[in-house]
Amino acid sequence: MASLSITIQIISLLGAAIFMIMIFRLIVQGRLREEYSIIWILCTVILIVFAIWRKGLEQISLLLGVYYPPSLIFLAAIFAIIVFLVHLSVVNSKLQNQIKDLSHEMAMMKKELSDIRAGMPILEANAAVAVHEK
Amino acid sequence: METQAITDPRILIVVPCFNEEAAIATVVREINQVKLQFNLRLDILVVNDCSTDSSMAVIRGLNCLYLDLPVNLGIGGAMQAGYKYAYRNGYDIAVQMDGDGQHPANELIKILRPMVEGRGDVIIGSRFLEKAGFQSTALRRIGINYFRRLNFMLIRRAIYDSTSGFRAFNRRTLKIVNTYYPDEYPEPESIVQFGLYNLRIVEVPVTMRERQGGVSSINTGRAVYYMLKVTLGILFVYIRLFNKRVNLTN
Repeated sequence: MASLSITIQIISLLGAAIFMIMIFRLIVQGRLREEYSIIWILCTVILIVFAIWRKGLEQISLLLGVYYPPSLIFLAAIFAIIVFLVHLSVVNSKLQNQIKDLSHEMAMMKKELSDIRAGMPILEANAAVAVHEK
Repeated sequence: METQAITDPRILIVVPCFNEEAAIATVVREINQVKLQFNLRLDILVVNDCSTDSSMAVIRGLNCLYLDLPVNLGIGGAMQAGYKYAYRNGYDIAVQMDGDGQHPANELIKILRPMVEGRGDVIIGSRFLEKAGFQSTALRRIGINYFRRLNFMLIRRAIYDSTSGFRAFNRRTLKIVNTYYPDEYPEPESIVQFGLYNLRIVEVPVTMRERQGGVSSINTGRAVYYMLKVTLGILFVYIRLFNKRVNLTN
């Protein structure tokens, strides 16, 4: 029983370490922005803590009145995943708004450019009116 | 807000266009005829929302201004591009007219008149005030009635044709729309938005036609999604703006 427990401990430590290295690599390569990496680093730290502190999960479960400790893992994991998904939806919505604004600007600049190429006068006076009214 | 007539207004007709190669040329030509007939200071701005057919090629050959969006934004995003253009370039009035020919150009004057006389900030062309012309399908009218009740509940104003896209905005409205306009199905939601900004919304009877080409953005499969999305949009825009209402009306 004791040897089995040690094996799983080593496996989870290894897994957490590999995960951490993966996250670091992604940040170094510039493929993951720091603000999104924080949550992943936090997750790895928690994984490592529980891999070392074997009695921890059991003790916390008992403290919370959870009789089957693994269910606490599922509960916490699912909760964390849901929170992160909501966060991603927020990020996504923000991106969509930014894309919309950029598209508007781009369409107007395309028009301005083709007007200039066609030798049409730019409506600078009118643009000034709009700014003034703000 | 004082009732002020606009003298010799500069008008921008915004025509959103998504795959309307069959109808867009006629729409633009008819608007240009009305422009000549009534001697209006009017420009037409077609907003091509990333059409996948040959609409863009057709538009280039027409007597009109155009914006060519680099990505597909949907009707609300396309319209907002047009309204931003109108606001920045100092137009006094912006009118939405669909690119599918549903909104006949000879009805344009009916929408413009109350606007020029300064009777409203938002003028909506309604199919249902005088039950003439194309009345939409029975199922859609049920939906439209539902939005009327919802809008009435929230802003205490009865707008009979809240899904009508045939509408005119003055500069006061353009300033608001310049900063926020709903994306996907903007018509019913924007009415609540305007109501909370205390804009004067005036409905005038117009006759609409059946679309002359292309397909509606709302098919039966999407109807449920449409109702849900718009209801949510209306409720949230209400909650968002209600808290600010005191500041808005000042």
